[in-house]
Amino acid sequence: MTGDKEMMEGEDGNEMTEGEDGGAEEKEITERPKWDNKLQYLLTCIGFAVGLGNVWRFPYLCQTYGGGAFLIPYLIALVLEGLPLLHIELAIGQRLRLGSVGVWNSISPYLGGLGVASMMVSFLVSMFYNMILAWILWYFFHSFQDPLPWRNCPVNLNHTGYISECEKSSPVNYFWYHETLNITPNIQTSGSIEWWLVLCLASAWCLVYIGFIRGIETIGKAIYVTVTFPYLVLTIFLIRALTLPGAADGLVYLFTPNWETLKNPQVWLDAATQIFFSLSLAFGGLIAFSSYNPQKNNCEMDTLIVGCVNSFTSIYASIPIFAILGFKANENYNTCQNWNILQLTNAFNVGDENITVANYQDWLNHLNATDPSEVESLDLKTCDLHTFLEQSASGTGLAFIVFTEAVINMPGSQVWAVLFFVMLFCLGLSSMFGNLQGVLTPLMDLHMIPTWMPKEVFTGLICLLAFTISLIFTLGSGNYWLEIFNNYVGSMPLLIIAFFEIVTVAYVYGINRFNDDIEWMTGRRPNIYWQATWRFISPFLLLVVFVAYVVTEAEQPATYNAWNPDYVYFPLAEVLSYPGWVVAICALLSVVPVVSIPLVASYRFAMSQRADASQCGGVVVEFESDDIRDARDDNARTIPGEL
Amino acid sequence: MLDKILFLLCLAAALADQRCMPGAPQGFHVRLSIKTALGDEAYVWNENEMFLFRASLAFAMRNHMGGQQFEVSNIIVCNETERVSFWFVVTSPLDTSQLIDQENVEVAVRKSRNRINGAFLLNDKTLEFIGILPTLAAPFIPATPPWLIAFGVVMGAVGAGIIIMLVSSVVQRKRKANEKTRDEDNDEETRVKTVENGAARDGVYNMSFSEDERFTEM
Repeated sequence: MTGDKEMMEGEDGNEMTEGEDGGAEEKEITERPKWDNKLQYLLTCIGFAVGLGNVWRFPYLCQTYGGGAFLIPYLIALVLEGLPLLHIELAIGQRLRLGSVGVWNSISPYLGGLGVASMMVSFLVSMFYNMILAWILWYFFHSFQDPLPWRNCPVNLNHTGYISECEKSSPVNYFWYHETLNITPNIQTSGSIEWWLVLCLASAWCLVYIGFIRGIETIGKAIYVTVTFPYLVLTIFLIRALTLPGAADGLVYLFTPNWETLKNPQVWLDAATQIFFSLSLAFGGLIAFSSYNPQKNNCEMDTLIVGCVNSFTSIYASIPIFAILGFKANENYNTCQNWNILQLTNAFNVGDENITVANYQDWLNHLNATDPSEVESLDLKTCDLHTFLEQSASGTGLAFIVFTEAVINMPGSQVWAVLFFVMLFCLGLSSMFGNLQGVLTPLMDLHMIPTWMPKEVFTGLICLLAFTISLIFTLGSGNYWLEIFNNYVGSMPLLIIAFFEIVTVAYVYGINRFNDDIEWMTGRRPNIYWQATWRFISPFLLLVVFVAYVVTEAEQPATYNAWNPDYVYFPLAEVLSYPGWVVAICALLSVVPVVSIPLVASYRFAMSQRADASQCGGVVVEFESDDIRDARDDNARTIPGEL
Repeated sequence: MLDKILFLLCLAAALADQRCMPGAPQGFHVRLSIKTALGDEAYVWNENEMFLFRASLAFAMRNHMGGQQFEVSNIIVCNETERVSFWFVVTSPLDTSQLIDQENVEVAVRKSRNRINGAFLLNDKTLEFIGILPTLAAPFIPATPPWLIAFGVVMGAVGAGIIIMLVSSVVQRKRKANEKTRDEDNDEETRVKTVENGAARDGVYNMSFSEDERFTEM
């Protein structure tokens, strides 16, 4: 191809070559960025898939749904839904060597909206995801003090006691809700922009920018650290946690299977949604990453590696988490018992330390026999280890409330706090890279970057724009908005996109054609397992999951938990319902990303009715010479519509 | 005479006992948790320890109500239990039938709380005066919040990193631009050749011609 070099002034060449043009292919590959080695690519995909959810969502689900029994629906969902979808994304990106917009455009122009939807979801998710990273940074900065700031309540003005909001709840709660978030009592009260959160958000975006500055060239270097470090920290925590008292209780509680829960359909739904969100499918990031691969790469093996490592990491992370939660429950249990003992000791003036945990029951019986009314007036608590074990949480509650409380009681708290928050930051950072790459690669492939603008400036602009919009989350009501984004952007649109993805590849692009592509890339035709899942099982499962998800969401009233110190039952959260305009925004957030799918389809349909004949099936490109356009048309005519 | 003195003493003692009792309006309930505080090194509570307590309380009263010479005998203790808890009242040194009111005793105890605690190797939690809230130590507030220091370090490193990356990419770009202008000159020659001569790709690339170009350029 004579005009190749002249044409490719941008970073990426986007020729769609058939396998025959071996020689010309080499020239294009030098223009499109590529991974330094296979390990970089695998680590980046693993880093994108392994995120905060593996640490703070999976253990919670495991514990809620009957411990070891939850692994069954989880692994079934992985095999029937996760791996097939993952394989499709990796293979299609590798084959067509384009980001999400380009890939779906080239498969069928009517479904080009899929790519736009992926890009929009990636951008919206990266905005609120980085706010979580900002919170992690805030805690990280505060871990260099002795004592840790969430250990003690602050003293009130005349130094006679502690601040009442803190005393009623707990120091960790107070530090999270008041000192960190300065949260308002409801979502309508916006509060003001908290300068400390703005600083943390700015530093989070700067850290992301450094890794993301040149796209995969810099991401590939950064992930060597950000992906391997969490595993190191998890191992350290595992060893430390197993030596803590009460760890065994936590682990037994976690892994004891409760087979009854398998009868509950909610468990299967949650397992399916968990595996789906855990693998970071439908964001377009995986397609972007695999598009920088050489085409002759075994994507089937990559799929198995990424999927299995992701699930393994979830299970591996839940062990130290639950050992530490067991330790915390044990501490709470001891505190509860000691409080009872102290009450008895003081009321009956028994000798100091005569009543111990061991002989508590005997003493109680004896004292109850002598003076039952006095004993009753003491209001002794019933201390049950199981109640404390059940008090777990997921999400930010686990990291910033439960875990920080556990860390206070461990000797050398600062070290553990620092390690924990650095680990969380690394986990989140590698996922952020995937989110942002899912935005950058389509924009680069669409040649929307002006040629005079260097890549570094463009990535900086993306980061700056996202930072500016995500200043919403630094308001007093920011946490409420973040939960809205998390629930409505990061869930339903993804399910819809994934469903369309698999249906497009299976039925529009054609499974046979896809099989041929994979055979050309890996040297082996996909076996019956892949065929069955791609054609029938996965689309069906996705549809069922989507419908079930919509139904369960519709059944639940649109409420949220608010932190209101003036609430009657404080420290319990006040359950408020979303005002009308917020519900409208929630609906918008769910609909706007996916509305591009029908919009683009109808637009293209209208254009095809108007324009005549041979429509270029590929991305719209400025043609520099006639022979290139003719060559492209030759390629294009073979791609769309043929099953 | 002696009888009268004896009778008065007994009466005074009886009166004193009546004034000191659980719930006495001018009295305070004290509770010690020695074993909790000291563990194996706990001392046994006996009369000598009680004497020390009364002496330290007299010291506290002297400190607060300057001038009045409180003695150990002015501190009356009663209802001692195994818990090690008891009640006490303070009589005025000038008139033993009069009790010092609660507010004064409270302020006196507050002022010398640390000294009293120290005498017994205990702290505010293990030597409790029920009803007298301990003055909590003001937390140490450093001049710059420590988190800002950590933030400054991280941001400094990050800022330096970004500047280095941008500068290195600008340098790389300049170097590529120089190489590119050199390559373009070479390419123009080869391209011209191949366009003129459609089958040039099958021919032999004439190295000598392009090499000449490079030399003349330098």
